[in-house]
Amino acid sequence: MNVVLKNISKSYGGCTALADCSVSFPAGTFNAVIGPNGSGKSTLLRIAALLERPDSGEVVYTDGGGVLRVDLSLRRRIAVVLPGDSLFNDSVFNNVAYALRIRGVERRVVSERVHDILGRLRLSDKAHAGARSLSSGEAQRVAVARALVAEPRCLFLDEPTVSLDPVNTEIIETVLREIGRGRGMTIVMITHNMFQAQRLAERVIFMYGGRIIEEAECERIFTAPEKELTSRFLTGRMVW
Amino acid sequence: MSEILLSFRKAFHLIVSLDRDLLEIISLSLSVSITAIVIAALAGVAFAYLLSFKDFPARGVIISVLNTFMGLPPVVVGLFLYLILSRSGPLGFLGLLYTPSAMIIAQTVLAFPIVAAMSYSSITAVRPNIRLAALGLGATEMQASMVVLKDARYGIFSSVMAGLGRVMAEVGAVLIVGGNIAGYTRVMTTAIALEYDRGDFELAIALGMILLLLSLCINSVLYLLQRRIGG
Repeated sequence: MNVVLKNISKSYGGCTALADCSVSFPAGTFNAVIGPNGSGKSTLLRIAALLERPDSGEVVYTDGGGVLRVDLSLRRRIAVVLPGDSLFNDSVFNNVAYALRIRGVERRVVSERVHDILGRLRLSDKAHAGARSLSSGEAQRVAVARALVAEPRCLFLDEPTVSLDPVNTEIIETVLREIGRGRGMTIVMITHNMFQAQRLAERVIFMYGGRIIEEAECERIFTAPEKELTSRFLTGRMVW
Repeated sequence: MSEILLSFRKAFHLIVSLDRDLLEIISLSLSVSITAIVIAALAGVAFAYLLSFKDFPARGVIISVLNTFMGLPPVVVGLFLYLILSRSGPLGFLGLLYTPSAMIIAQTVLAFPIVAAMSYSSITAVRPNIRLAALGLGATEMQASMVVLKDARYGIFSSVMAGLGRVMAEVGAVLIVGGNIAGYTRVMTTAIALEYDRGDFELAIALGMILLLLSLCINSVLYLLQRRIGG
């Protein structure tokens, strides 16, 4: 599924979050969105994931058959992992089963798929634990499991490994590589970890001040960025 | 002291002998209060949800009004409803004054602000990410609402319990709009007030004991239900 954002603008109370942003996420690609805090990455992700409406511009989803209508059926082919604690106050199993249950999946299949994804994220022993009792690493892995269990065609992740240790980060990255890329999922991930972006992404989008400054193949943007602003961000000169 | 003990003994006798008048009063009290709290809970929680998530003009004013109305004096509610429901009032044509329906309306008016204000606090205390997370997993607006309400369930249950406590103990409003008619609109609290006036402490104490016992039972059931739903 291709995701195309055309001339997206968004402001909150007179403060511009996105200014005329156009970007596309081709089907089956892994895209990393990078940029300093407040550059509009999360707003862009929420708008692309149809969780928020832009003030102007449009979000277009297409597949082999053409433009897809924005309705519940399309929304159910998308999954989002939000930053921070977004787990329901319920058991791990029920959190992960949620996406399947609202789609009316048969009980037996729900159980199989939940246990499968929990196994992949090394959470099998936590299935019946309360979501509130988990460590931050486990909670983040549950959030990823919950998004992947319904096998979305398009996955949006807002800093899924922020503040996690290397072990938890590695588990999540492995699953994203195996399940996400293996099944031709379109993945858009916000990250502040440049090494992670290089490890996972095929394409990188650099944002600054609510604008898309540069989008390019991962290797090229890290080795030969076209824009001075991108170069300054990647080399730390934007700060120092 | 012996007079008090005697009253308690007679009261206990009335309870164990399943006095017909007593049962009638208890049954009406329960039906009026439970109906009122069910209506107030449905309306109050729905209103609190809309107030939390929809664009409401003057939201701050509405919340202040709700908080103020949590302490509404029952006699004032009774008086206003009397004026509205009396024959010369705007809703006089409905013929509701001095009926159990009028008492249900009065108790609903008293319980609604408590349920709505306390539920609003519980719903807004749910992390904003929860609703967005449900929508991001493909939930409909209604399904996402249910997730938020489920997360706020402890607070919502507490609000319903507080509302129920309010209506079961209330006397002023139901006395004014119900008229305390024997066998028709006489409930436990108005009967206690009447028996006290008449000096019949036995029945008053019996009713008082039953009222306390019923409150304890209902709250225990709700507490167990809350724990069960909470997993």
